[in-house]
Amino acid sequence: MKISRVKSEGGMNIIIVGCGKIGQNLAEQLNEQGNNITVVDISPEKVQEVSTRLDVMGVVGNGATHAIQQDAGIEQADLLIAVTGSDELNLLCCIVAKKSSDCHVIARVKQPEYSTESAYLQQELGLAMAINPQYAAAEEIARVLRFPSAMKIDTFADGRVELVKFRLPENSPLVGMSVRDVVSRLHCDVLICTVEREDEALIAKGDLTFKGKDVISLVASPKNAAHFFSKIGYRTHSVKDVIIAGGGKTAHYLCEMLLRDGIAVKIIEKETKVCEDLCAQFPSATIIHGNAGDQEILAEEGLADAGAFVALTNMDEENILLSLYAKRVFHGKLVTKINRFDFSDVVTHLDLDSIIYPKNIASDVIVRYVRAMKNTIGSNVETLYNIIKGKVEASEFIVKEGSAITGKPLMELAFKENVLIASILRGKKVLIPRGHDTIEPGDHVVIVSALTGLHDITDVLK
Amino acid sequence: MNYRMITYILGWILLFEAAFLLFPTVTALAFGEEAIKAFLLTIAICVLASALLIFRKPKHKELRSRDGFVIVSLSWIVLSLFGALPFMFTGVTTSYVDALFETVSGFTTTGASILPDVEVIPYSIRMWRSFTHWVGGMGVLVFIMAFLPLSGGRNMHIMKAESPGPSVSKLVPRVRTTALLLYGIYFVLTVILFVLMLCGGMNVFEALCTAFGTAGTGGFGFYNSSMGSFSPFLQVTIGVFMLIFAINFESYFALLQRRWRDIFTTEVVTFLLIVAGAVGIITFNLYSSFGSVSEAMRHAFFTVSSLISTTGFSTVDFDLWPELSKTVLFFLFFIGACAGSTGGGVKVSRIVLLFKGIAREIRCSIHPKQVKRITVDGKTVEQSTVNSVFIFFACYVIIFGFSLLILSLDGANFLTNFSAVATTIGNVGPGFAGVGPTRNFAFFSPLSKLVLIFNMLAGRLELFPMLLLFSPVTWKK
Repeated sequence: MKISRVKSEGGMNIIIVGCGKIGQNLAEQLNEQGNNITVVDISPEKVQEVSTRLDVMGVVGNGATHAIQQDAGIEQADLLIAVTGSDELNLLCCIVAKKSSDCHVIARVKQPEYSTESAYLQQELGLAMAINPQYAAAEEIARVLRFPSAMKIDTFADGRVELVKFRLPENSPLVGMSVRDVVSRLHCDVLICTVEREDEALIAKGDLTFKGKDVISLVASPKNAAHFFSKIGYRTHSVKDVIIAGGGKTAHYLCEMLLRDGIAVKIIEKETKVCEDLCAQFPSATIIHGNAGDQEILAEEGLADAGAFVALTNMDEENILLSLYAKRVFHGKLVTKINRFDFSDVVTHLDLDSIIYPKNIASDVIVRYVRAMKNTIGSNVETLYNIIKGKVEASEFIVKEGSAITGKPLMELAFKENVLIASILRGKKVLIPRGHDTIEPGDHVVIVSALTGLHDITDVLK
Repeated sequence: MNYRMITYILGWILLFEAAFLLFPTVTALAFGEEAIKAFLLTIAICVLASALLIFRKPKHKELRSRDGFVIVSLSWIVLSLFGALPFMFTGVTTSYVDALFETVSGFTTTGASILPDVEVIPYSIRMWRSFTHWVGGMGVLVFIMAFLPLSGGRNMHIMKAESPGPSVSKLVPRVRTTALLLYGIYFVLTVILFVLMLCGGMNVFEALCTAFGTAGTGGFGFYNSSMGSFSPFLQVTIGVFMLIFAINFESYFALLQRRWRDIFTTEVVTFLLIVAGAVGIITFNLYSSFGSVSEAMRHAFFTVSSLISTTGFSTVDFDLWPELSKTVLFFLFFIGACAGSTGGGVKVSRIVLLFKGIAREIRCSIHPKQVKRITVDGKTVEQSTVNSVFIFFACYVIIFGFSLLILSLDGANFLTNFSAVATTIGNVGPGFAGVGPTRNFAFFSPLSKLVLIFNMLAGRLELFPMLLLFSPVTWKK
């Protein structure tokens, strides 16, 4: 008898090399979703820390060596994720793993030099994915700058449906209205999914009344979302100019994206060398050599009249302070990058508009990929977003022929508590579903639910 | 501390104990014994107590490190407290301390008894004694974790506290799967032994008791002569299986996966060398008195295997052997089995680390600036692990010393007391002189018995969970 694969409850065997911020985050999320995780790190303390906190196996050593990969069970692995701090090490890990196993491999690649070649690397080295947290963060920042009313925007079905999160001001006309009124009084075809109020997360029911400072998530097509926001008096046009504090990699990628969209970019960076490099790369951007923590410089560069301010320095504390200051002196869009997650509750209460957590973005992308990998094992999740971390998630399913959910009007189906059918995509049409609509085979369906870890669309039925 | 969760798990423990008790109940039914009433009554009490505790599910399932330790030590105590009831209800023992001693000795796989004559007690009680060995051998909580989804990742604390050895490594990423695998290996090996015993001419009752006692490395005899009355084939087979159960179960997992180089680890090789050495010396020492080398070797092998695996079965009264043999056997009490097995003692892996640590210390005194790390099987051992081994050993000696002091109040001779402490803390069973293989522990005072009970539990749970339970820091908010 040879035990070639020891599996429990259909989970996948996943090896995570590197127990940094992203590695730990990934281990936690993937473990919760029923996968068998083995973590590898050179530091015994880190491995110890993760393997006592979570139900995962730990291996100490250099994850790029064949011997250590064997100890971690590379032959039985379905997926290896290399997320150490070094790009070269990550790529080497993947190459070595590919030689001894037919598992999928994902590498974190953060250097712009490699990142521009990521398509080539993926193809030539057989990588399933090259994840660049900084790039992903920049993409997300660019998205909210184009649509500044939102705190966060995720997209489904190639951008045909958006999941928009925004905070309701005290004086909004929406305050005092109920969820039902959005359709009946405003005549907007959007679906309100969740409302976060203080520490509560509520799945929106028809009679829920909005209050000031609520954080609302809604699903709609981009056009309808814009219509809705203009009705309730929000700006819907993109910002015209942006001041970025800190000239790191995220700023580098962001600058590139914004310039492409014709948005004026001003970067404040204190390192001369970095300033010169940025200047050479982006001649049309304004590069300021100076300390972003200096009020004089911020005032001189016209923070008061800027369309947006993005705090991207390496220090979370500095970013938060800069944003708090910016919030006092101007009324533009505010984006704050936070690398460490530890005090997210406190940060949420500071009311800082959009907050970007690069490590969460990266792990969300990978978790999404893992879900998609499982499709072959029977689940059919297409994309997945955490709306409220660990509490509410939005997932996109493709409905298969003969599924129990098809053919009946929604109001006749018995759904579990706290489940919302947020939208149905049929061909090119986007439906915001109402009671008499039906789900047909081939539809893409976006479901918002407080049940995490859905595998099949029928999981939402009683 | 999460008291609700602790009591909740204790409730489950009692429910499982009720299930375990069905086994001797069936035995009583088969032999038509009066004792069936005692078992049914105990089951009823367990179920009732369990129902009270698991009636409400706790809100917070979070377990911290100290909760894990407390759960493990309390579980073993609760298990023994209730498991002792059949002894009282059947009138096998008249004092509760005696009943508790017998039960703790069973669950901790010690096999030390206070019963002068086991052949007069009901078959079902003898079956219960042997069955407690089997339950306790692999660990009760590991078993429960395999069947109950308790509290996610925090389970590791429990496994760590209950598994023998200086460091616990999982076989596979999930605690639950690991537990299932370990119990799977345990179960299959037990069944193989049971079948072999039947083939060798034992009846079903004898074969079951032998299989349970050997698998758990317990060693309760079900006849007064222990294993002395069985054929040489059976004795040798039991001898081999005692060694098998004393080897790290990770080696069997490696075997199943055909990772050949991981089977014979330093620990396993050292263990086998110690066995070979001890058998050699004792055979040399004994062959004149047994007349033939093969006869001497058989008894030497059985006794060495029995003592190093901390089982405690016997074929002859080794208390009558010459001093050299007795001294060698004495060392085996302390060395014990491999980590990750069902056996007790200090564990071979710790002995290996102790010697390597000493060797390094000597080297460092000669070359004061030398940097040297301890490696086992080509892997560096963390300094913290090495330290914990030395601290473990120091604790072992200190507990040993205090226990000896309390036992000496009773007035038995030094060798009796010394071997009584050694045999209980090492979970072996028989000792020398007054507690030799043909004697029992009945003559000790209740206080001494309680001390020995503590020793057995401390020895089985690797000292610290029990020490933690009695330390005020644990209970501070």
